[in-house]
Amino acid sequence: MAPLLEIRGAKRTFITPEGGQLAALDGIDLDIGANEFVTLLGPSGCGKTTLLRAISGFEMLGGGTMRLDGADLTALPPFRRPVNTVFQSYALFGHMTVARNVGYALEVAGVSKASREAQVAETLEKVGLSGMGSRRPSQLSGGQRQRVALARSIIAKPRLLLLDEPLSALDRNLRQQMQLELKTLQHSLGIAFIFVTHDQEEALTMSDRIVVMKSGRIEQIGTPREIYRHPKNRFVAEFVGETNLFPVTIDRVDGAEALARTAEGVELRLPGAGRKPGETLTAILRPADFSLGTSGIPGTVARAVYLGADLYLRVQPKAGGPEIRVIARDGKGFEEGATVHLAHDPARVHVLEMA
Amino acid sequence: MAVKRQTWALGLLLAPVTLFLGVFFLLPLTIIAVFSFLTPGLYGGVEWDFYHWNYSRIFGWADGIIEIFEPIYLQILFRSLSFAALTVILTLILCYPVAFWVSRLSERWRLVFLFLITLPFFSSLIVRLYAWLLILKPTGVLNTVLMSLGIISEPLEILYTPAAVVLGMVYVMVPFMFLPLFAAVDNLDSAQTEASLDLGANRFQTFVKVMLPQTLPGIMGGAVIVFIPSVGNFIVPDVLGGAKGLMIGNLVEQQFLSSRNWPFGSALSMIIMAVVLTVLMVSVTRARKAGGHA
Repeated sequence: MAPLLEIRGAKRTFITPEGGQLAALDGIDLDIGANEFVTLLGPSGCGKTTLLRAISGFEMLGGGTMRLDGADLTALPPFRRPVNTVFQSYALFGHMTVARNVGYALEVAGVSKASREAQVAETLEKVGLSGMGSRRPSQLSGGQRQRVALARSIIAKPRLLLLDEPLSALDRNLRQQMQLELKTLQHSLGIAFIFVTHDQEEALTMSDRIVVMKSGRIEQIGTPREIYRHPKNRFVAEFVGETNLFPVTIDRVDGAEALARTAEGVELRLPGAGRKPGETLTAILRPADFSLGTSGIPGTVARAVYLGADLYLRVQPKAGGPEIRVIARDGKGFEEGATVHLAHDPARVHVLEMA
Repeated sequence: MAVKRQTWALGLLLAPVTLFLGVFFLLPLTIIAVFSFLTPGLYGGVEWDFYHWNYSRIFGWADGIIEIFEPIYLQILFRSLSFAALTVILTLILCYPVAFWVSRLSERWRLVFLFLITLPFFSSLIVRLYAWLLILKPTGVLNTVLMSLGIISEPLEILYTPAAVVLGMVYVMVPFMFLPLFAAVDNLDSAQTEASLDLGANRFQTFVKVMLPQTLPGIMGGAVIVFIPSVGNFIVPDVLGGAKGLMIGNLVEQQFLSSRNWPFGSALSMIIMAVVLTVLMVSVTRARKAGGHA
């Protein structure tokens, strides 16, 4: 099936105040499916917002093409694109009631008042704001404003909804609740969402696919599990979730298992397939991949943070080198200064070919 | 305790302004209000006798013996209101697009522009109006240039016409319109403009439905502070207007200085004030309604 949105070779360059050139988009190729929840993830300045604004039409591309359902979007002004946006600041019209805000897209499209009112009521119900139509945005809480912004952007049934860090202003509990609601809403509406965030946790929980960006380029595209378990490079590994990176040299290969050692002498067991002694590479282990026991890497607990059911530890390996981050079930004998052994399953180790 | 001390401190802080307004605003106003109901003295001043003919001769129920109804006074009042309204409209048309342009300038150029806008305040109004006299008179700069370019063969008769008065008032009032307009335009939330475009409104719809309503308080503010001094203005018509450019402010001036009919001048002043108060009240209630926070 042909993708809903097809971006090829998108480029956009900004002139910095110092007169230099900054490539906000440096050749982006991306396909979005018709009912997909895709997250653009990256640190600030990676180009994710520029890409979103290029899709909505507020940034013109310096090169490349953009097609929606096969139709060329590249030269269309924002108001001709069948795409709507939820803005980071919500950008609600302060001089209008909630109902008029929500019905705005229909109002400017010339939909009759009666039909408009029915659709506004229906959409307000969808976002859980029934009966709030006559209020002003200034009389609403942050979470309610967020819902109004959402209702306003879905009422015209766009093919594609763009969300620019819409949850960043909400507190943690509300944010988690909204994450689930957004996901449910996306399923029931049956439209594609492109969600911009710098919060990797948010990206992992909500997305069908994650696009990790850095300096105007796409570093990796994949499902949350692929991104988390099989990062393509150091940047993705470090940006998405907490991680331990070990630059290692293969010591010996015993059939299915390879033994590797860091420069300091920390020993790791790796999947043996295709490994040769003397090879240098980077081994990646997530904090939860370690278990605390009687065998494995010996170390001293440098810091222990109580998380409730779990314990977050920073363990200084006896052999030296950087501290290892570990998440383990809470238990006795893990207080700071205690000696522990970190065991791991070789199958859980992800390997980056370059050191 | 704290509340008591606060009230005390507040009273102390408000005392100077209360005293000032009482002595220099309320007192003269009361004098004018009282004078407007007194008999004119023979050589200026007043006789302390109640006399309602001051208002009667303006509004048309004069007895025809002591005082005669002259429709000219109502005509001049109406002319003043029209000139002031025209000044509001013209300054608005001039300033609104410029306010958008300036709000998009870089910080430095915007400061330069705001300085230029306030520059006229640094010199005397009379001097600037006489400069306009030199520009507009038949042998003035404007006519000389136009004639030497061959655009006109006869000098234009602009000076001492209503057009010259309106031109002069627009010139004087532009900064007063520009500053509140600029404040409103500069405060526009660009995300809301983008949201409107994003939701399918074209640029014209976005302007009418989002930008205009949000700058309305600035427009109203500018209109009020241009309209009020324009209605009672007497310097501009004095310098640039002829008999046809006479405004109610000139009439008041004449009554007090050359005609020496203080009560009649006072009555005319009270009428100006009634008009101004009405305009203010209407605009304040309208603005409150538009704001929706009442």
